[in-house]
Amino acid sequence: MTVLTYKQPEVTDEMIRFHGLTPEEYQKIQEILGRNPNYTELGIFSVMWSEHCSYKNSIALIKTLPREGKYLLAKAGEENAGAVDIGDGLAVVFKIESHNHPSAIEPYQGAATGVGGILRDIFTMGARPIAALNSLRFGSPDNPRVRYLLDGVVRGIGDYGNSFGVPTVGGEVYFDDSYTGNPLVNAMAVGIVKSDKIASAVASGVGNVLMIVGSKTGRDGIHGATFASEEISEKSTEKRPSVQIGDPFMEKLLLEATLEIIKEDLIVGIQDMGAAGITCSTSEMSAKGETGVEIDIEETPVREAAMTPYEILLSESQERMLVCVKKGNESKVADIFDKWGLDSKIIGKVTSDKMMTIKFNGDIVSQIPSDSLVLGGGAPVYQRETKRPAYMDELHKIDLSSYSLKQDWNKILLRMMAAPNICHKGWVHEQYDSTVRTGTAVGPGSDAAIIRLRKTKKLLAMTTDCNPRFVYTNPKIGTRSAVAEAARNIVCSGGKPLAVTNCLNFGNPYKPEVYYCFSEAIKGMGEACEVFETPVTGGNVSFYNEDPEGAVFPTPTIGMIGLIEDSSHITTQWFKDEADSVFLLGETKEELGASEYLNTVFKQTKGDVPVLNLEAEKNLQDALLDAIKSGWIKSAHDTSEGGLAVSLAECSISNRERQLGLTCELDESIRYDCLLFGESQSRVVISSSKENQSKVIEHFGSKNIPIKLIGKTGGDRLKINNLVNISLLELTDSFFNSLHNIMESPKSAEGNI
Amino acid sequence: MKVGVITFPGSNCDQDMIYVLETIMEQETVPLWHKEDNLKDCDFIVLPGGFSYGDYLRSGAIARFSPIMKSIIEHANNGGYLMGICNGFQILCEAGLLPGTLLHNNNQKFICKNVHLKVINRESMITSKVDTDKAIQIPIAHGEGRYFINDEGLSLLHSNDQILFRYCNEENEVTPESNPNGSIENIAGVCNEGKNVFGMMPHPERASDLNLLNVDGKALFESILV
Repeated sequence: MTVLTYKQPEVTDEMIRFHGLTPEEYQKIQEILGRNPNYTELGIFSVMWSEHCSYKNSIALIKTLPREGKYLLAKAGEENAGAVDIGDGLAVVFKIESHNHPSAIEPYQGAATGVGGILRDIFTMGARPIAALNSLRFGSPDNPRVRYLLDGVVRGIGDYGNSFGVPTVGGEVYFDDSYTGNPLVNAMAVGIVKSDKIASAVASGVGNVLMIVGSKTGRDGIHGATFASEEISEKSTEKRPSVQIGDPFMEKLLLEATLEIIKEDLIVGIQDMGAAGITCSTSEMSAKGETGVEIDIEETPVREAAMTPYEILLSESQERMLVCVKKGNESKVADIFDKWGLDSKIIGKVTSDKMMTIKFNGDIVSQIPSDSLVLGGGAPVYQRETKRPAYMDELHKIDLSSYSLKQDWNKILLRMMAAPNICHKGWVHEQYDSTVRTGTAVGPGSDAAIIRLRKTKKLLAMTTDCNPRFVYTNPKIGTRSAVAEAARNIVCSGGKPLAVTNCLNFGNPYKPEVYYCFSEAIKGMGEACEVFETPVTGGNVSFYNEDPEGAVFPTPTIGMIGLIEDSSHITTQWFKDEADSVFLLGETKEELGASEYLNTVFKQTKGDVPVLNLEAEKNLQDALLDAIKSGWIKSAHDTSEGGLAVSLAECSISNRERQLGLTCELDESIRYDCLLFGESQSRVVISSSKENQSKVIEHFGSKNIPIKLIGKTGGDRLKINNLVNISLLELTDSFFNSLHNIMESPKSAEGNI
Repeated sequence: MKVGVITFPGSNCDQDMIYVLETIMEQETVPLWHKEDNLKDCDFIVLPGGFSYGDYLRSGAIARFSPIMKSIIEHANNGGYLMGICNGFQILCEAGLLPGTLLHNNNQKFICKNVHLKVINRESMITSKVDTDKAIQIPIAHGEGRYFINDEGLSLLHSNDQILFRYCNEENEVTPESNPNGSIENIAGVCNEGKNVFGMMPHPERASDLNLLNVDGKALFESILV
């Protein structure tokens, strides 16, 4: 056998630019090394200091978010995902992450590998994934390329999660032109682990070995992290090779083998390989262990011939893990992986010198202090310039009198129910297996999804929320609203909000207007998370969500987990029985700003976000959860996009197997458009039996929560004052068939995709 | 009854099935690994759902070559009982233990939803305890569930009473609209000529737990245990 040596290309200025490093960053690298980096080292710094891995432009602000809580077992940034103690010796592990750029270029694989990546973050901590959710944002579905992207993303998510065997139970699908060239694909996963069995991403114990397990390494995804750290342009399609290829079957095997080695107590630490591949997992695990690592990179099982150390180090091939094995257990680990038909190979060892040393056939090809590469260590930290966008003042001005009140409200309600942002998303979620693992108590389509936990009485409620039109209009209040809405959805489902994971999707942080929105959003999120006592346990930042037309709506997606103590507390949004009493909690104000009504009917984003009083919202939620636990509440549904009329219609029809009409009277002291479709915050529609009616009124009244008995269920029509009178059949047709019709028989079929 | 549940690489409903059989039905349940070559004296073998070997070639096409399949075929040929759900059904068709085949759904998409089933053969081992006066509701979750068989095979299914279930509406009527995937004659499940091998696309194990509010599928397992 000939021993290959590796002749590194010379580092040029052009090459430094190509690697996305600024002159100042290059100078910092020279200082760290005390010399010029070679080509391989340049590649390593490039990915580790990319926005994607280093969070260099966001971490300073993210650290201001509330991250403390008495039930937290793994805090933000400590491990691959957050972990929260839920009693009975169990912890819930959960996280949300973006895969926006890959999905914009190659929707199927981009979305699939997004799901794969977030699932690995969960099971690398020893937790078995029990549910997945997605928050998806696209341009208008009238655009054929958008339909191509939506179709590919949904198939990618479905094929990966379905094969892996995790139920995909919820999330959001939102449409706005700002996402046309740059869709957002945020994937969330939730897992369960015994609280004393959480695995850590650490390499320690000098002499312990490092094994690479799972798939072989190929040339796919090289510089994926760097690609994710720039704007999308017409040249982006050239970056298709930066998109990784997913293999859910391999991931399923990796899951089982990984959980087995953790259960058998054979390892010190483990980390999945996502962005920046072997480079990221080795440097992070050794930095966390305050150790060094020495890797013989030629030992890595590869699937392509003649891969260079540079390529192996930066490959983002999927379905791989790096394991730090307790000395003496190497063969036991190998046997378990062999049982599942997977490769495992010793590629290095833990050292004491705190250096990440890479050897190729005996030659050192890279040697860098581990800590200098990682977030919280030597990676750069910036706070960028902020400037309030000029559009905001103009946007906030609204003259309600310019909107005619001479409308056929029946027709408008039908149009609202069919609007892409409101209509039923069955076309999407029927492509996802939502019932595998037989734990799904409430699947897609209610306020939050609910998963039961076997062998306990407890259940988990989970949701993702963000109204990006609110955030675009008013970043701070809009982000507060996202947190409030997520918490409201959890409470309406019978759960107590526990903790938050976030996915912060913004434009180019070097643009002061973008950074202003980002910093305002963080402030709003922090304030709201304090009030709802939901610490932020981690998540992900995705900048550079821009195409040549501009940035996407600023979109800080909130993923929230709640705990339901007993299955008798499970509450769904739809009405349950004839002649039940229906109430509205909260106040309906003369507010129409940033509403879906103005967007759908007038094609406008106008007016400021409705007022949100966090304390009042918290009081309402606490009182509602008490009432649910008392057994008085038969259904609960918050009002959000589309306002009260849409909420009432959803309560009537969203359970297709048991639809129930409603006759109600609302206070007409405000404009009809605001009454029906305004999006005043902190409102919930609830129902109870007639017998419990007085208890319900007294309960909320005693806590100073505005409550109004508005009507009773029954019949097959929705009647609101003398304004709305529609058959449930018509509402059902608009609501349930709209997206299917748009996707399967679109009006505009031509155009380039 | 001693029940064996096979795990192929890529099976993902094996634990659900074991939970229902062991915890809800309270039966002795044995997990069987695909590399094993004996069935550990099990009376009834279940091939659960999932994506065996990733189903990259054709659903079930590779799993039929797993080492354990030799024992399974022997078991079936000796009159032993065998049931395949979803991917398990696909494997049994690939292995020639059940007639017909499962093609891509006619909308070319994965479909997950609750469907209604009409029981056709009321005397089979898995339907004898099912209330056949009304439609039963059981979820489907598959991309390749369109049952197909040639004319000759179809007439044999009819004459031997091998059709177990058809997709129907809430009123127990078999209609074109209630066919979720384009299966020939709305067929959702069949058995072999000897009435000892059963296959169906819907997942009865996902409708067997009162905690999940639907127990229509449990009657199938109760039928088996008589």
